[in-house]
Amino acid sequence: MRRSLTGLPLPRLTARDATAEAVAGIVQRPGRAGLTMLGTVLGVGAFVAVLGLTATGAGQISHQFTVLEDTTVTVEDNGPANNVAAPGTNPAIGFPADADAIAGHINGVAAAGVWWPVSVPDGTNFTGSLALSAAASQTINLLAASPGATAAMGLTMVAGSPLSTYENDNSQHVAVIDTSTAAALGISAARLASHPAAFVDGIAYTVVGVYSSAQRVVTDESAMLIPENTALADFGNPQPGIGNQDEAQMVVATRVGAAQAVSRQIAAAELPTDPSRLVVTSPPNPQNLQSEVSGDLAGLFLILALISLLIGAVGIANTTLVAVLERTEEIGLRRAVGARPRHIAAQFLAESTAIGTLGGLIGTCIGVGTVVIFAAAKDWTAVLNPAYTLPAPLIGSVVGLLAGAYPALRAARTSPLAALRHA
Amino acid sequence: MTVPVIELRGLARTYPGPPPVPALRPADLVIEAGGYVAVTGPSGSGKSTLLHLLGLLDSPTEGSYLLDGLDTSALNDRDRSALRGRQIGVVFQAFHLLPYRTALENVLLAELYNQTPRSDRLRAAADALDAVGLGHRLDALPTTLSGGESQRVAIARALVNRPSLLLCDEPTGNLDSRNAASLMELLDQLNAAGFTIMVITHDAGVAAHAGRTIVISDGVLSERIEVDHA
Repeated sequence: MRRSLTGLPLPRLTARDATAEAVAGIVQRPGRAGLTMLGTVLGVGAFVAVLGLTATGAGQISHQFTVLEDTTVTVEDNGPANNVAAPGTNPAIGFPADADAIAGHINGVAAAGVWWPVSVPDGTNFTGSLALSAAASQTINLLAASPGATAAMGLTMVAGSPLSTYENDNSQHVAVIDTSTAAALGISAARLASHPAAFVDGIAYTVVGVYSSAQRVVTDESAMLIPENTALADFGNPQPGIGNQDEAQMVVATRVGAAQAVSRQIAAAELPTDPSRLVVTSPPNPQNLQSEVSGDLAGLFLILALISLLIGAVGIANTTLVAVLERTEEIGLRRAVGARPRHIAAQFLAESTAIGTLGGLIGTCIGVGTVVIFAAAKDWTAVLNPAYTLPAPLIGSVVGLLAGAYPALRAARTSPLAALRHA
Repeated sequence: MTVPVIELRGLARTYPGPPPVPALRPADLVIEAGGYVAVTGPSGSGKSTLLHLLGLLDSPTEGSYLLDGLDTSALNDRDRSALRGRQIGVVFQAFHLLPYRTALENVLLAELYNQTPRSDRLRAAADALDAVGLGHRLDALPTTLSGGESQRVAIARALVNRPSLLLCDEPTGNLDSRNAASLMELLDQLNAAGFTIMVITHDAGVAAHAGRTIVISDGVLSERIEVDHA
């Protein structure tokens, strides 16, 4: 215990006592305390709500975004630097024979495979039966696809199965078609068991599967997929070079969030001798997208939140100052019973800080509630960053502390005599 | 020889002007422990100035004030605060109770700053209220207390730390005659219990309770000659 020259213990105000006095000071005038903290409530509430709503909105956008595009990486064969193919023919495709397997070794790849649009002469006849040779010369896209590519395209099969490794390795004449092609060719899914064939200029391809929709590449066109090696045997190499519309490509389905990492590795993995021949396209970084979305409006709202906080601070400062003037008698009395100026200052600071903290807490609750209700109404997932949300009440504390500084200083300077005479 | 509770040596207070007002002219006074002194005088004679100086609420412009033998003029504000909290209890005419705090909390206020454990404070405050006859009204708010009761709470607050000196500024000034008589009885009892009391009053009836009366007029202290009532 510290003692003064007088041999008496020095006057002291413990943190606990100061807090108790502050709480008593607030509780005895709940209405005024409520109005005083209103600015802080609004400021902190707006702060939390703005951050939460922008995070929730951006989260929703990037959620939709990630489902497909963020899991897709495209690699295109731009052709060799020196074209060594014989005139009239195309060079071998840039992807190695085991391209699917190599891609599969990259962490984050769910499925990957090579495909290209097979270049067929105009007027090529697609038909479901040689007997009906007059049938449609449809706008059917003939695509060569490795087994990995059909997997990466994410086909939803109606009947049969996608192209298999066996069929590709043996250059079998099989095909997988979509439902619209099936209808055009007069091949119904139910007939698959009888091994119907689709004829391309008289070459028969046994239809082994019919799909209704796809996640990648063949999403909205009539398509007929035949094995990669079958296409090479029947139609030769595709023309390399981006922009030809029929260069060999690789479609890579990645796990969510892995697209960026996969896109950085895949060219070197597939073609270590000439990685620059392969042009990799990855989706835009979702974080960039998110910050773009949050940037514009959120900045405006954050300024509004700051203004509310400022108003809150002025409100607390004003009320505390009025309280100091109103309570000069109390200040004088406290000084008369042994309080030192710093104890008086501590008490008023504790009160303004407590009001600020309480306002911050209420504001945070309101802000979180706003975000949750908004997200629930939109059927979204509420996104609240704990790093911003949990310390938010402390913003109120800081506002209260700063706002109370001047009034507390004034209170501390009040002479006990003047204070008691004033009453 | 015991040390007197109060010893004034040429104590004076002049309020700075212009023009300067000599509220208290150099005064010498000794009050022994257990004394009961009344200070009387007309309004503006310097009674309150003396009380504020003795209560360490104000500082003298000259002379020295020894409280329990300790020269207070040499002390800094920190030590004066310690003395105010421990050695001096002041009872004000206007009571100065905090309106939103109960009687018990008002008494507890006097113990807030003096490093006493909380449980001891509570017991001392309840005892002090009991001593002034308000043991049954611990939780009453000042707004529900009568003037007499309020002044008793103020006295309980002043004596809860068992100070060396109990200073009372017109303690009956806001009370009716019945309450005033009852309050003076309480002060008599406290003096009998060993408290050194100084009462500042312009009421001769109140002054009559004290064993010794000091008259102050135009800032000059003079001892009233003892009258043998026997």
